[in-house]
Amino acid sequence: MKTLVWVEHDNASVKDATLSAVTAAAKLGEVHLLVAGSGARAVADAAAQIAGVGKVHFADDAAYEHALAENIAPLIVDLMGHHDAFIAPATTTGKNVAPRVAALLDVAQISDILSVEGEKTFTRPIYAGNAIATVESSDAKLVITVRGTAFAKAEATGGSGVVEDVTGAGDAGLSSFVGAEIAKSERPELTSAKIIVSGGRALKDSETFEATIMPLADKLGAAVGASRAAVDAGYVPNDYQVGQTGKIVAPEVYIAVGISGAIQHLAGMKDSKTIIAINKDEDAPIFQVADVGLVADLFTAVPELTGKL
Amino acid sequence: MKIIVPVKRVIDYNVKPRVKADGTGVDLANVKMSMNPFDEIAVEEAIRLKEAGKAEEIIAVSVGPAKAQETLRTALAMGADRAILIETDAEVEPLAVAKILKAIVAEENPGLVILGKQAIDDDSNQTGQMLAALTGRPQGTFASKVDVAGDSVSVTREVDGGLETVKLSLPAIVTTDLRLNEPRYASLPNIMKAKKKQLDVKSPADYGVDIAPRLKTLKVSEPPVRSAGIKVADVDGLVAKLKELGVA
Repeated sequence: MKTLVWVEHDNASVKDATLSAVTAAAKLGEVHLLVAGSGARAVADAAAQIAGVGKVHFADDAAYEHALAENIAPLIVDLMGHHDAFIAPATTTGKNVAPRVAALLDVAQISDILSVEGEKTFTRPIYAGNAIATVESSDAKLVITVRGTAFAKAEATGGSGVVEDVTGAGDAGLSSFVGAEIAKSERPELTSAKIIVSGGRALKDSETFEATIMPLADKLGAAVGASRAAVDAGYVPNDYQVGQTGKIVAPEVYIAVGISGAIQHLAGMKDSKTIIAINKDEDAPIFQVADVGLVADLFTAVPELTGKL
Repeated sequence: MKIIVPVKRVIDYNVKPRVKADGTGVDLANVKMSMNPFDEIAVEEAIRLKEAGKAEEIIAVSVGPAKAQETLRTALAMGADRAILIETDAEVEPLAVAKILKAIVAEENPGLVILGKQAIDDDSNQTGQMLAALTGRPQGTFASKVDVAGDSVSVTREVDGGLETVKLSLPAIVTTDLRLNEPRYASLPNIMKAKKKQLDVKSPADYGVDIAPRLKTLKVSEPPVRSAGIKVADVDGLVAKLKELGVA
């Protein structure tokens, strides 16, 4: 099977989520990549270095700069004339583009796969991860999004792919990019961080969240996350949200502070290698999944912990 | 401008789903069912656009069993004007739902179709994007802000790194994210009024759409269970553990 993997990038470098998608694609067969962007030659060159990659299709056009689905989908559909599967990481970009491709190809998309069980058989989470479905496709071509935390990252170097320029129709004239507010942070990115410190509703307000969680995170070199309750209450922006409706993470160490452990939050972090929970309620569901628990008032325990590290 | 809002009847947000012992699916017998939460947000957004004078009529649409009429009545009680149920007991995949919606869009010609970004049962996150593809319309997915002005709509989207704004020419497709709005509760008088609003019942065949599934579910199983670990007595115990893990 010949696969076409969507390379997630910012027109400068390849994003890590791509590497997990490459691992999933390699289980199906030959791996080709698509780099669609504007002035993104460096991305295509870097993508060609990913271990196990064959061809890198490179489409450079101002219309592809911001990955607008209306412009990108027809390009992918063209390339799918000689590929058997389109595979994208389940990032917001992948989730936006892939179904548009699937519908144009008249195939059912398989979202957020956790494993490859056979050439057309995959597992995927349903009901916020409370059940795992094994599904088999009957379509001639496959369109798949890949849950990054479920697959190891392919090596970013050591490959010897060949970059081949392709052109598409460019601007479909339906949509335009206006602007972005991308959070700038010195801290690691949530989905690729080794350590995450997350705060919940118990943090009271945004000032307390900042004063309690951030020093601990900085001491550990950790990324900062939050439960949906903390986001809904306005303590932190939505891009901090870990959970079924936010980001799915699986760091080495996940420290949950003042998080009760609602199903929807657990769905986003239960694949973390080690889970540490600090909560004053000893019956909080978070302790049922935590490897290490501390029953304590977070307002005294967290500053003490930060001080002792 | 008309707005179409597709809504889905799903297991209630607060119910913990149980996998059936025979591994064929999730047990939905005698389980509380409600409108998919993201669809409630979509209904609310449509009503707000109507209240702001940007839309004249809101049509709620559902593809599902006869009981999905209850879900449509909820949308009507919130403020939708009329409803269409495409009745089927079969499990309908997002691609087939998108094809049915495409046919309804062709009949009604709405300026906007606002959908929830995903249903909390199958978690597919596909229908809106697929409808946009099939109708050749632009898509503003995972919206946290929707601003209709003239012949275009600006949609602020929740993306991995933060927020992104795109401008789409109308007609367009929008899918909702959590922070777009807080849906209202239907008042009792409005619930009573909703019972008299028009609700048409159709079938997938009426639209000439083949809903045969493309994916076969071979099995549904419980996720691997994590077991509880140890509790430490104090912060010093925690520091020791963190040192063991090599992170401190």
